[in-house]
Amino acid sequence: QLPTGLYKKVLVILHDSVLPYMNEPTLMMDFLTVAYGIGGAISLLALNGLFILIHQHNLEYPDFYKKLYSLLDPSIYHVKYRARFFHLTDLFLSSSHLPAYLVAAFIKRLSRLALTAPPEALLMIIPFICNLFRRHPACRVLVHRPGGPADMSEDPYVMEQEEPSESRALESSLWEIQSLQNHYHPDVAKAAAVLNQSLSEIEDDISGLLELSAYELFDKEVKKKAVDVALEFEQVRGLFGKKNDIFAEHFSLD
Amino acid sequence: SNPFEVKVNRQKFDILGRKTKNDVGLPGVSRSKAIKKRNQTLLKEYKEREKTNVFKDKRFGEYNTKITPEEKMIRRFALERQQNYGKKNIYNLNEDEELTHYGQSLAEIEKLNDIVDSDSDTEERGTLSAELTAAHFGGGGGLLRKKVSSEQQDEEEEKPKSRKELIKEMIAKSKQEKQERQTRRESALELTEKLDKDWKEIQTLIARKTPKSEKKDKEVEKPKPDEYDMIVRELGFEMKAKPSERLKTEEELAKEEQARLQKLEADRLRRMRGIDEQANKKRPSHMSADDLADGFILDKDDRRLLSYKDGKINIENEEEEGEEEEEEGEEEDNENEEESQEESASENEEDDAADSHSDLESDLESEEEAAGNKEEKKHKGNENESQVVEKLDPKREAAKSELPYTFAVPESYETFKSLLAGRTIEQQLIILERVQKCNHPSLAVGNKAKLEKLFGFLLEYIGELATLDLPELRTIDKLVLPLYNLCQMFPEAASDSIKFILRDAAHDLEEVIEVKGRATFPGLDTLVYLKIISLLFPTSDFWHPVVTPAFMYMSQLLTKCRITTLQDVIKGLFICCLFLEYVSLSRRFVPELINFLLGILHISLPKNQAQGYTVVHPFTPVGKNLELLFVCDKEDLKSWEKQNVPLSIVTRLKETSKTEINHIRLSCLALCFDLIKKCAALYESLPSLHEIMHPVRILLTQHVPVNEYPEKMQEWYHSALKELENKVKHYTPLICEKKKPVPLKQYTPKIVKVLEFGRKQAGSKKEQERKQLIQRHKRELKGAIREIRKDNQFLARMQLSEIMERDSARKRKVKELLGSLATQEGEWKAMKRKKLKS
Repeated sequence: QLPTGLYKKVLVILHDSVLPYMNEPTLMMDFLTVAYGIGGAISLLALNGLFILIHQHNLEYPDFYKKLYSLLDPSIYHVKYRARFFHLTDLFLSSSHLPAYLVAAFIKRLSRLALTAPPEALLMIIPFICNLFRRHPACRVLVHRPGGPADMSEDPYVMEQEEPSESRALESSLWEIQSLQNHYHPDVAKAAAVLNQSLSEIEDDISGLLELSAYELFDKEVKKKAVDVALEFEQVRGLFGKKNDIFAEHFSLD
Repeated sequence: SNPFEVKVNRQKFDILGRKTKNDVGLPGVSRSKAIKKRNQTLLKEYKEREKTNVFKDKRFGEYNTKITPEEKMIRRFALERQQNYGKKNIYNLNEDEELTHYGQSLAEIEKLNDIVDSDSDTEERGTLSAELTAAHFGGGGGLLRKKVSSEQQDEEEEKPKSRKELIKEMIAKSKQEKQERQTRRESALELTEKLDKDWKEIQTLIARKTPKSEKKDKEVEKPKPDEYDMIVRELGFEMKAKPSERLKTEEELAKEEQARLQKLEADRLRRMRGIDEQANKKRPSHMSADDLADGFILDKDDRRLLSYKDGKINIENEEEEGEEEEEEGEEEDNENEEESQEESASENEEDDAADSHSDLESDLESEEEAAGNKEEKKHKGNENESQVVEKLDPKREAAKSELPYTFAVPESYETFKSLLAGRTIEQQLIILERVQKCNHPSLAVGNKAKLEKLFGFLLEYIGELATLDLPELRTIDKLVLPLYNLCQMFPEAASDSIKFILRDAAHDLEEVIEVKGRATFPGLDTLVYLKIISLLFPTSDFWHPVVTPAFMYMSQLLTKCRITTLQDVIKGLFICCLFLEYVSLSRRFVPELINFLLGILHISLPKNQAQGYTVVHPFTPVGKNLELLFVCDKEDLKSWEKQNVPLSIVTRLKETSKTEINHIRLSCLALCFDLIKKCAALYESLPSLHEIMHPVRILLTQHVPVNEYPEKMQEWYHSALKELENKVKHYTPLICEKKKPVPLKQYTPKIVKVLEFGRKQAGSKKEQERKQLIQRHKRELKGAIREIRKDNQFLARMQLSEIMERDSARKRKVKELLGSLATQEGEWKAMKRKKLKS
């Protein structure tokens, strides 16, 4: 069909420059469905148009959530359209009528993928997951399972399973977020630590976090004024002179 | 005072505890006071308003309050004499005449008097002897009898002497006594002189090893005033033998050092966990109470003792002193050397003392001390025992002789560069050290800012060295030391300048991304900066003003920069190493690191591979540059030896041969394996380590062509894989922390401390202060306006009275004139009438 670049361009503007002016928006149904099926960035973009059709034109889309679930792969945290995608995902998952297993599967998958995400995405996804917990209290077993089996050798969640209902997400726990409590970025670590406590009732507003860029984060950190600067106490012996310096093993100064 | 002059401000209510100061006023008194004051100031000014000539008081010290009136008089007198000196007064006839007494010049007698009398007993002069009192004033009879010697009593007990006899006796006695005294004094004087001579002889032999006893000696005998004065003062400033603490044994020292390190480590851990940041902020416990927060760090250098040399205060720099000592040669050597030895010994002692107190003092200080210990010693060697050292190695002497001892801190980067240009590394280091020592912040006010600038210059210089075609990394390796020391002295400034560099780098990166969509890795200088950050600052802190931005920047580099060449791979791996080093203590999780390593493994594989993993940005599963690290040449595979990747390769890769490139590729791969292994070991405790490493494991087990690799490589591979595999999977379900029960709301009254009555208590301390300031300003403004108004009234009054006076004077004059005219007229008329009559 269309070349990829054009495809993307069309899909980017479809939802607000094309669909509202069509007499018969449902005609775009086939185009969007196909686009949604392609995968990757194009699927993400098709989501927006599809959402309008479902929302305003009574489109019935079978296995919509399953498809959405399968869209989640490591690249979603790195692509340009991250903000748009998560904005829509937030919308789709805001319904309180969704089954707990589905939401749990989403939570688990998102957090599993978060293990490869950059900090700006992490700062967005953690409040996102917290919001999901607030909307779906049934999922809280993921962070709070008092009477569970003491020692497991395997995470019950099956990442490879396409079908959310069979991923056994509800039997699992959010160890990924626990790992992220050790993240190098202080804000991420703090955000992840929130899940240790019981959540407050009010949802976090993530609209401001969606567009967060790495440079903004950096700028924020650089502009912070430090009261007093801690110093290294180990005496310097040279560029690679530290104890057990990794560099000394692999690099030479020549 | 008069009750009619008192105005009482009545209070409506009596309030307990309120202080009132304005309840009674004396309007009359205060008014008269004000008028008097205005008369003295304003009126004076008013009267002199159109006068330009000024009265100058040139009397000496008239307005100097520091001089007492007596002194002032003396000085004035002296001045007057000085002025008149030399001017021969012809009218003064007996100018050269000298006053005499018994043929001796009075002036000389006066001079001598002092010296002679200085030794004679003052008591005798002042008070009368007992016998004398008895004889002259009768005294108590009993007393007299007792005082008379027993011999006399035996002889002349029964017959009382006549008065004449008694007096005669007494005169004889007193004469005798006088003579005795004189002889005694003379002998004493002789002895003193002799002692003096002896002392001079041995003075040179005895060093001041026993200052106290010596001092006593000197107090007994008194040499001529000048010399004596000098020596006493010298002794006064000499180090008194302090009760220094006993020298510590090796064990104790080791123990102390251990305790210090433990404390620092505990501090570091606390920061790493990021808890109690409040306490963190209150860390000025770090500073000693005497710290002026001027960056002054106790250093040996500025602890020079005030010493006198040839009667003058010794203020030269020690370094110069060292030079002088050399020049002065052997004459003074005996003394000087001893002195310097003494000095250095005492300094050492003092150092020790300072060391032993370092627990009380700031950590920073002790850090610095420990840090600078080596250097200090070296420096000391330079100063105090320069002769010895320089004789020992003439080479160094030669090198040093070219360098001046004092340097000004360069004001601009250009001058800084010219300072270091053409010098060897050692010389550069010495120069930097001397710049630091000569411009220590405690020596002058502006030095702190200057040295802070120096840190920036040094950083810039390092960056420049790293960007050269042939990066001088060895030099940088050495330059890191002064950088570290400067950083320890000025943490704020250092962090600021490094942050500035980071911001620049990140800004450039962002710009490139915006323009091109993708970025390239920065130059070697940035990498070196990042490495230096890890040397200067603790990278394990939960939050750190420099390290956290550095983390962010490196994360951006690993995710945003495109990998197109082997250099990129090397730079990327360098940053991976940096990440690992940064988190080696805190064991923090860095997703970018794992992603990047996965990508590196990915590009080391041949293209047509089935995938069971996903690589993320900046690596792509399909596209260009996919086989960057893929080596298929069997020969090269075989001949490969693990080698350290030279960093300079990032600037000059093109010249190397193909085999070499292949070898470097393999080295990179080995490095990657090693990093994977280290990551696995580092993240052992993460609950989802298994998931994190999952793609890497798949790649390693299913895709990497192990058997094609040389044996060494296989070793690396297997050790990495082993580290990955033997991690136990261990999952325990998460449990939330228990919520603290929310306390019930209670309706107890809120108690606020009332500090001052009649003041509004609301608001924070700052707010209150602001309000107070506003109020005070208002009050002052009102007062000022009132004063000005009163001044104006006063002036108007004065002007009015002036005009009135003038008017009345005029009236009076006119009246006089008219009167005189009238009388004139009258007289004239009278004359006329007379004429007519006659």
